[in-house]
Amino acid sequence: MTTTEIPSAAELSPLSQPEHSPVRAGPRPKRYGTHLFLIAMSVLWLIPLLWTLFTSLRTKTDTDANGYFSVPKSLTFSNYSDAWTQGQFTTAFTNSAIIVIPTVLLTLFLASLMAFAVSRFSWKFNITLLIIFTAGNMLPPQVLATPIFEMYRLTPLPNSVSDSGSFLNTYYGVIAIIVAFQLGFCTFVLSNYMKALPIDLTEAAMVDGCGVWRMYRQIIMPLCRPALAALGTLEVIWVYNEFFWPLLLITSGDRLPVTTAINNLKGEFLSDYNLIAAGATITIIPTLIVYLALQRQFVAGLTLGGSKG
Amino acid sequence: MTDLPTVGLPADTTATTEHQLRPRGRRVRRLTKRDKIVLATMVAIPTIIEAALIWVPTVLSVILSFTKWNGLDLSNIRSNGVQNYHFVVNDYPAFWPAVRHNVLWLVFLALIATPLGLLIAVLLDQRLRGSKIYQTVFFVPVMLSLALVGIIWQLMYSPESGLIDSIMGTAGKPNAIDWVGDSSINIWSALIAATWKHVGYIMILYLAGLKGVDPAIKEAAAIDGANERQIFFRVVFPAMRPINIVVVVITIIESLRAFDIVFVFNGGRNGLELISALVYQNLVGEGQVIGIGSALAVILLVCALIPIVTYLSRTFGKEKQQ
Repeated sequence: MTTTEIPSAAELSPLSQPEHSPVRAGPRPKRYGTHLFLIAMSVLWLIPLLWTLFTSLRTKTDTDANGYFSVPKSLTFSNYSDAWTQGQFTTAFTNSAIIVIPTVLLTLFLASLMAFAVSRFSWKFNITLLIIFTAGNMLPPQVLATPIFEMYRLTPLPNSVSDSGSFLNTYYGVIAIIVAFQLGFCTFVLSNYMKALPIDLTEAAMVDGCGVWRMYRQIIMPLCRPALAALGTLEVIWVYNEFFWPLLLITSGDRLPVTTAINNLKGEFLSDYNLIAAGATITIIPTLIVYLALQRQFVAGLTLGGSKG
Repeated sequence: MTDLPTVGLPADTTATTEHQLRPRGRRVRRLTKRDKIVLATMVAIPTIIEAALIWVPTVLSVILSFTKWNGLDLSNIRSNGVQNYHFVVNDYPAFWPAVRHNVLWLVFLALIATPLGLLIAVLLDQRLRGSKIYQTVFFVPVMLSLALVGIIWQLMYSPESGLIDSIMGTAGKPNAIDWVGDSSINIWSALIAATWKHVGYIMILYLAGLKGVDPAIKEAAAIDGANERQIFFRVVFPAMRPINIVVVVITIIESLRAFDIVFVFNGGRNGLELISALVYQNLVGEGQVIGIGSALAVILLVCALIPIVTYLSRTFGKEKQQ
């Protein structure tokens, strides 16, 4: 585990809140029953992960001869290299990066524009629009799957841009719909954050003749860095974890991002569970890196918004 | 060692309540023409994207649900009245099982997974030794995609290689239980996998909520002679009302959105029907039946709008009145 020096979510609130949980003096109470329950639950929670890891480290000959629930004769990493090449993980990870990076940057940029306009200025429909954005994020994606699929199919794109001649099977299409979906959540969180910044900041700037764009760029955005960091981390994980939209919109297997591609491994590896387990473990690795490096940011993002599944 | 941050509840979860509202009387009237154009652009770009890719398709779903279309040429669209709904409700064999499974999903998350997450959060909030380690353990599944959760649990459930059948000594034998393939039990297998992720999520939200409860009100209740249980149910839990609402909404939305796990398990058939999976099957399946899929999508939409509208009117209600 790492020690991070990233500000906690409490600091993420621009209004400095008094810390409600001061360190109380006195010895910690010994609660054996509680520990027993929590240890049992933790073990239950870890078993699926450990079982996946264990299965992935064993050879097929070993498990075929002795069963999966047996003392291993030997442990091997060969499943990982086999799964990596056979599952085309280099391609899948590249595809994930192609989708995740622009999606997160675009979402945060567009959401910050919208949040700035609805939270720092009062106009006729600012709250209404914010409600519409937030509601859009809470819809089940399947509600709009059919029209999105058909809209993409029927929108012609030049063949130089898309070999399908439409938005289907393109990264643009996937990026666009994920951006649209995540916009609602990010706008909601950022507008709450910006709303809590003192009004005098922009009022004073206004009196000094500061334009709206400079206000956004040089006053509000720098103050939103903690919120953007938390949201960015959360969005990287969420977009990386996105399964449904690539499944629906991308038809060539070599364009699928990791999360959607792993479902195809089951077919490709047939019933070689050791390879499937190795493939599953490989897909956890990026998540694990983010987890170790930025757990605080991720949790801060989750609790900051809390309106999304 | 990483740990969960302390979140000031009022600031982070109820940011739209009065104390953070900017004073309404101070409308900015000094905007120049250029500023207005800049602001309009800032609003217009995200709004056009949101409208074109979320709300227009939602409306189109509603329209398509009253039509008959094979999903090929636009000129083939024919009006079909309420026939699609009639067919779905009366003659579509997978519909009622799907409704039952969605309801079961909600009930299971609401009665088992969510309370379990709350219980763990309450236990971990007591300055327990090793609290951070426990938090870390329950937190891991929250970061994994639901598709991966499905794959990991399939490795647990497999009748040939799964841990459960292995422990029961039936793995690879004819009497092995097929936890994913057996249509009489597989919905429970899927629910356990979903719970594995849901509990950690709820735990995080409530840990933040509990940290935000002012200890003074707990102390006051203790001085008045309330015991720990009473303090929790009568004082702490009601004080977390904003978080409770978020958790209820998340639980309902999650049960309507459930898709990935059953899709990974078997494509959402044979005991694992869910409305979301039926929408997908009617769109991508053998003969495209756009009208039927859209009618299912609209049913899903109506179910989703109930918690969405309730939540938003609570969150934004006060604000709009001012």
